[in-house]
Amino acid sequence: MNGTAKQYGVIAEFTTTAGIMHAAEKVRDAGFTKWDVFTPFPVHGMDKAMGLKNSKVGWFAFLGGVTGYTTGMLMIWWMNAVNYAIVVGGKPMFSPFSAFPPSYELTILFGAFGSLGGMLFLNRLPRLHHPLLKHRRFSQVTHDKYFLVIETADPKYSEQNTVAMLKAAGSNHIEAVEE
Amino acid sequence: MATNVELPVVPADLQRIPLVNNQRSIGWISDRVMAVTEGSAPLWWWAAFIPSLLCLGMLGFMLTYQITTGVGVWGNMRPVMWGWDIINFVWWIGIGHAGTLISAILFLLRQRWRTGVNRAAEAMTIFAVMCAGIYPAMHVGRVWYDWFLFPIPTYQGLWPQFRSPLMWDVFAVSTYFTVSVLFWYMGLIPDLAVMRDRVKTKTRQFFYGLFSLGWTGSNRHWSNYEKAYLILAGLSTPLVLSVHSIVSLDFAVSQLPGWHTTIFPPYFVAGAIFSGFGMVLTLLIPLRSMCKLEDIITMRHIDIMCKVTLATGSIVGYAYAMEFFIAWYSGSAAEQFHFMNRALGPYQWGWLPMIICNTIVPQLFWMKWFRQNLIVVFIISIVVNVGMWFERFVIIVIGLHRDFLPSSWGYFKPTWVDVCTFIGTFGLFFTMFLLFIRFLPMIAISEVKGVTPEADPHHPLGGAKHEEVIPDDEEGVTT
Repeated sequence: MNGTAKQYGVIAEFTTTAGIMHAAEKVRDAGFTKWDVFTPFPVHGMDKAMGLKNSKVGWFAFLGGVTGYTTGMLMIWWMNAVNYAIVVGGKPMFSPFSAFPPSYELTILFGAFGSLGGMLFLNRLPRLHHPLLKHRRFSQVTHDKYFLVIETADPKYSEQNTVAMLKAAGSNHIEAVEE
Repeated sequence: MATNVELPVVPADLQRIPLVNNQRSIGWISDRVMAVTEGSAPLWWWAAFIPSLLCLGMLGFMLTYQITTGVGVWGNMRPVMWGWDIINFVWWIGIGHAGTLISAILFLLRQRWRTGVNRAAEAMTIFAVMCAGIYPAMHVGRVWYDWFLFPIPTYQGLWPQFRSPLMWDVFAVSTYFTVSVLFWYMGLIPDLAVMRDRVKTKTRQFFYGLFSLGWTGSNRHWSNYEKAYLILAGLSTPLVLSVHSIVSLDFAVSQLPGWHTTIFPPYFVAGAIFSGFGMVLTLLIPLRSMCKLEDIITMRHIDIMCKVTLATGSIVGYAYAMEFFIAWYSGSAAEQFHFMNRALGPYQWGWLPMIICNTIVPQLFWMKWFRQNLIVVFIISIVVNVGMWFERFVIIVIGLHRDFLPSSWGYFKPTWVDVCTFIGTFGLFFTMFLLFIRFLPMIAISEVKGVTPEADPHHPLGGAKHEEVIPDDEEGVTT
């Protein structure tokens, strides 16, 4: 906190999953909104401890799947029955049965793009810069440490109280993060 | 982080076999998996890489020779119009099935052991599908017209014929490859962040930083990530079942005795999983000791994979028997002749190894001793893939070589180009795989960390106080 750079937030380090989970419950109950928990792997039950709602990725995948199936069926119908119709072995120009396998594959293909793209969109990734990635201790988040970060932009943030609360929640290492 | 914590005493017969042996800490998992990619490459890696690269070079030469000369350099003839090209295509695609099965179906079935092997199996899938993809692209003869396979609008105004199962196959295989890559890459994002935070050189920092997309491990991100992973698993499950079903429809939709059967889709899928697990075992048994990953890819993993091999091998054996039964029961003379010819005809030398390797040898896995003996498992895993290669040989060559008209019967022999191209695809496969283990984490680090007791906030090792300990981790998957 050298005053020249703007402060992004405070970072509190925890060494166990139970420790960070209880801390997250406390921060949730205190009514903070601009805060997050950083872990090397998804911790089971953390969504509830943070008060997060169900992810919306499913909608993106669903839209992708519907688009894929419709694209497949319409494309095959238009190509083989409208734009350049050829009789093959006396079969109908368009049949939903022979058009099904490619449409089915396109459902999966577009659905997969929808879920990966939806995940990246909801997470606002890719992101080339993040204040935390500059922080010296934060690189341990991909190794074996757990971090809780409260942003200074949070309306409930106050320098003394927030740090005191995190200390009471069991963190033994609290630092400021610069913007 | 394993400090002095008291673990509740569980009776010996109720104890679960841990997924990661020796109570390894989560930091240890990062260190050990990353060690494979750090430092200079070990001698065994070069000893495997150089021959692989030479074989890859041979593949390049063979394909150039084939493209510049024509498909006549292969043994394909009348009436065996599909020879080693389609045999090897189906064989490689089949091998590619274990990866998605492990990553998708076992995920939905909450098989937590899959985390130890899924990354390497997914990589194997992608490289096997690459090898497979070479053959259909090449066997058309004029490879510069391969784009005819895709519905691309051109001045000709022609479109692909979607009533043909070969077109379905184009969509199935290309979707399978794309979705497998997406699934694999998504699983890699958190692990690429692990690499980003460890690598020393500027170039590596730049590339791992770029491909990890700025991943921070935020729980708000994990929440979306896990949902997306679940959906991808849900989408890949029908995909993996459909791909080899559609490959089998290339055969089953035709009117040929021995091909025109409804048993083909499930039988092909079972065979694909069988050969895929064979290849996973072939790769992972040496790798786990070379890379010192015995605590992550444990004997329990080997044991379970042997059981899957046994189960799918038995399904395949049942299908072989059922084909003969149906041929007899159908009363169709052509069908009956085909199956008599399969077992007793001039290609009996191809049918016998198929039966021995696929239905008899894997039955040894009923006995625990065989499943625990790594040398035996390694040999059987190779035998399985030899057997599966002969299965495709039997279906394609025996199916075609005696036509309806005895005047057009023939005897197929591969040429040296066939053999060298096939060996060359191994070069491609192993070159890719060896590069993969040196440049990417071959174990899904964040997933393996997630199944350790340390990751469980209700376990004493996860820091839970005595009163909040849930005695056994019954909540299923953590991911």
